[in-house]
Amino acid sequence: MIKKTDVSITTWILIAFGTVNIAFLATGKLGFNGKGLGIITAVAITLAMYSFLYKDNPVFKIAENIFVGVAMGYSIIIVWFNILKPDVFEALIVPMFKDTGNAPQYLVIVPTLLGLFMFLRFSSKLSWLSRWSFAFIVGMGSGIAIPNFINAILLRQLEPMLAPLYTGSFWGTIDTLLVLIGVVSVLFYFFFSMEHKGVIGGVSVIGIWFLMIAFGASFGYTVMARMSLLIGRIQFLLKDWLGIIQ
Amino acid sequence: MEKLLKIDRRILFVLVALAVTIPLLFRFKMPVPPTRHVKSMYNKIDSLSEDSHVLISFDYDPSSKEELQPMAHALLHHCFKKNIKVIGMTLYPAGTGLAEKAIKEIGKEYGKKSGKDYVFLGFKAGSSLVIMNMGEDIYTAFQEDFYGKKTVGMQALKGVRSLRDIDYAVNLTASGIYEAWIVYGKEKYNFDLGVGCTAVMGPEMYPFIQSSQLTGFMGGLKGAAEYETLVGHKDRASAGMAPQSVVHVLVVCFILFGNFIYFASGRKK
Repeated sequence: MIKKTDVSITTWILIAFGTVNIAFLATGKLGFNGKGLGIITAVAITLAMYSFLYKDNPVFKIAENIFVGVAMGYSIIIVWFNILKPDVFEALIVPMFKDTGNAPQYLVIVPTLLGLFMFLRFSSKLSWLSRWSFAFIVGMGSGIAIPNFINAILLRQLEPMLAPLYTGSFWGTIDTLLVLIGVVSVLFYFFFSMEHKGVIGGVSVIGIWFLMIAFGASFGYTVMARMSLLIGRIQFLLKDWLGIIQ
Repeated sequence: MEKLLKIDRRILFVLVALAVTIPLLFRFKMPVPPTRHVKSMYNKIDSLSEDSHVLISFDYDPSSKEELQPMAHALLHHCFKKNIKVIGMTLYPAGTGLAEKAIKEIGKEYGKKSGKDYVFLGFKAGSSLVIMNMGEDIYTAFQEDFYGKKTVGMQALKGVRSLRDIDYAVNLTASGIYEAWIVYGKEKYNFDLGVGCTAVMGPEMYPFIQSSQLTGFMGGLKGAAEYETLVGHKDRASAGMAPQSVVHVLVVCFILFGNFIYFASGRKK
């Protein structure tokens, strides 16, 4: 239920926003062109998204839905001009009906059909055809991924674990030792075939400490990331829109 | 005590907004000493000769623009300043506009021309398959650049046949796609790789640094600010360090305050 006060707050904010932008356009601070109107649109969407911090509201919902629609539309256009047009339309379909000097690339039919089969998930009668596409993706994906991941992630990550502890410097050795203790103790913590008692229990407690420190570092980085997004938006509002910082 | 545990969260939002806005308005300088991992990326590019090729994969979309676009700008400034040929591409459809804008704008500042000094290959679907395709033959993976020009014979790609001929590759990413660059790119075709990632992903990079699979990495806005400092072109990331520091202090205060009140009130749920 929308309260009367919320409606009046929204109305006053919209009036203030409109007045500021009309003043900017009238004084030439923002150009009446694609760039100026683009900035105004971006500001409106930014403020609408942040209005959620006050409470969920229709303005936020409108902005959210606009974002979803625009993102989808943009992706479709990019996929058409970067993939479907050059790789399917111009490579296969156009040469079939028009003399372009290039022979139609009939091999393109195979991946195109497999791609189209994916859409048959929507048909109860023909959805079985989409399994061919999924079988191809899963089979090829696994074939490519498994050996490469074993080599690049598992084996290459094990290499530093097998390096000598003494690295030539005191602090370097401490680092290597910490990594070794961390890996072993965390592996013990995730070893569930034996009860965590005695030595195993003690080592897994060390593992928990390592995990907690890792989570803490991760959370710190997450705070930094989220604040960076806010800083970027406020920089945009103060610099590109209001022009009060350089 | 009870009241303090139930502060309206909107008050905290206002405090955070003020902690970001005030340092931006009353700018004060914060030292941004470059860390080892950012320095090693910088040193790698700095050691390249003119006409070397640096590939930048802009694998992010507008949701992580604030962290990764300043990195892209700093890298491009460095490359163009040193007359290094830049090969731009993206594996994210929504990243195309941001990538093109960055290359075009920074290239213009240095008088660089598309096709001659840099090439923007645009978006290609398939992530790992695109990387492997480029590892075999860059011209079959991208027959045309973003503007529809044939890549074969393009001056910006002179001497480049596949990923093996790239002097340095940088993946600017907001997702796990960097793993694909390591697994299907670096490990298979043996080229040096650096990563610029969002701060959230920062801790994930250390194991790859330790195993020398990455030459370095930039993490979040801080990483971008460090690179800006090294290039000597301070921009949005460096300007963002003052509010970042203030807001971090504020968050630490929130955590200490919350814990103090929680324990002082007898740890009631």
